[in-house]
Amino acid sequence: MTLEFVMAKPILTIKNLTKKYGGNAVFHNIDLTVNEGDTIVIIGPSGTGKSTLLRCINLLTCADEGQIWLDDLEITAKGCDDDRVRQHIGMVFQNFLLFNHLTALDNVMLGLTKVKHMKPEEARVKALSELERVGLSDRADHYPGQLSGGQQQRVAIARALAMDPRIMLFDEPTSALDPELIGEVLEVMRKLALEGMTMLVVTHEMGFAREVADRIVFLEKGSIVEEGSPDDLFYHPKNERTREFLWKITELYGKKEENK
Amino acid sequence: MDVAKFLQYIASGTAYTVGVTLISLPAGLILGTLLALLNVYSGRLSKWLTNLYSTVMRGIPPIVLLFILYFIVSGSINLSPFLAGSISLGIVSSAYQMEIVRGAILSVSGGQMMAARAIGMTKRQAIRNVILPQTLRLAIPPWSNEAAIVIKDSSLVYALGVPEILRRAQLISASTQQPFLAFAAAAVIYFILVFITSRLLDRLEKRLRIPANP
Repeated sequence: MTLEFVMAKPILTIKNLTKKYGGNAVFHNIDLTVNEGDTIVIIGPSGTGKSTLLRCINLLTCADEGQIWLDDLEITAKGCDDDRVRQHIGMVFQNFLLFNHLTALDNVMLGLTKVKHMKPEEARVKALSELERVGLSDRADHYPGQLSGGQQQRVAIARALAMDPRIMLFDEPTSALDPELIGEVLEVMRKLALEGMTMLVVTHEMGFAREVADRIVFLEKGSIVEEGSPDDLFYHPKNERTREFLWKITELYGKKEENK
Repeated sequence: MDVAKFLQYIASGTAYTVGVTLISLPAGLILGTLLALLNVYSGRLSKWLTNLYSTVMRGIPPIVLLFILYFIVSGSINLSPFLAGSISLGIVSSAYQMEIVRGAILSVSGGQMMAARAIGMTKRQAIRNVILPQTLRLAIPPWSNEAAIVIKDSSLVYALGVPEILRRAQLISASTQQPFLAFAAAAVIYFILVFITSRLLDRLEKRLRIPANP
């Protein structure tokens, strides 16, 4: 047993998770463990329940069966305080969802003052340092409508980071961005991963997945088809579907590059 | 005939008109906002009940409702016609204001609520800090229209005997046999009130507008 293995501590444990809409299962019997400091990337075709899975982890929707633990706390248990759990799980959305009526700084501060009940001066200092972390301290006084998509998404990341979450969930954070703005968001995420933040990322950015992920999970039709290290999945996929999907996506990615 | 004196008599009803409006418009806003929040964020039953309220209230002429509400309000508490009439008008307006606020809440997209919940806010905190500040900004232009309607509808309380502009105009018209002069004077005052109000609300909207790049 290596030392690294001994130190690995699960932050998020998902067992047998199933979510249904009407009679159809969006996903079923998902098992997933995310250890401290891990970056796990979930890939897969659209409509396979990737986003819904993240929302279940954040308790924004209710799973139908199965359990989720955050550290040692079962957050799917009855009587669990959802609002409290969400404070410890950062979430970044595809379409940013900044609070439109607040400046970048106030967006980051709001959770600190209202949820964590920090004093305004303290919250301000903390919020500014989070904006600094995503390289936007010079945009603190700008409203979302005055920022580019990439900048908005970085503010959204800062807003989530400010709560000092145990884990960050990213739901296709670059899918709504112009190609030239994707880089700055991925750069921030790469930096976070290096700093040891625990991250669960749904994305189609294969370059990011290959470079940053500790593990890649291929989800299709509501179940995990294959999971493994980037090298395993990209170069030695065990499953034919994984090979096919990665080939298609890489081809698409390559074409996009050519068009530039 | 002392025209100036008669005109002054009509104009002094403005205080009542403004008073009725200043009570009924905010009362309608508070009630309407609460109803809209219940409609959007509470259970199925309260959605159904508030929809019923809105449909019924908006399906009856304000003057008829005013009489009904006036007799209910003044029957249960001992109030002056002025207060009872103002409150009744506020209740009439609440159904319209509920629809204005509801529309604004729905256009502040569910995403804002989700983002607020995601940082650990309770529903109540999210409504207060995220949803309402955006909603009320969005609601100003349609609300400006409703404000104009309420100013004009305040003339209805004349039927309850409140000596506001219209009532005074009618008295002058009857005593001087000069209906045109009397009612034209009333019309001018109403117009000025509505005009000033919508200008002020325009200005408020511009001042509260969230900065954005074109």
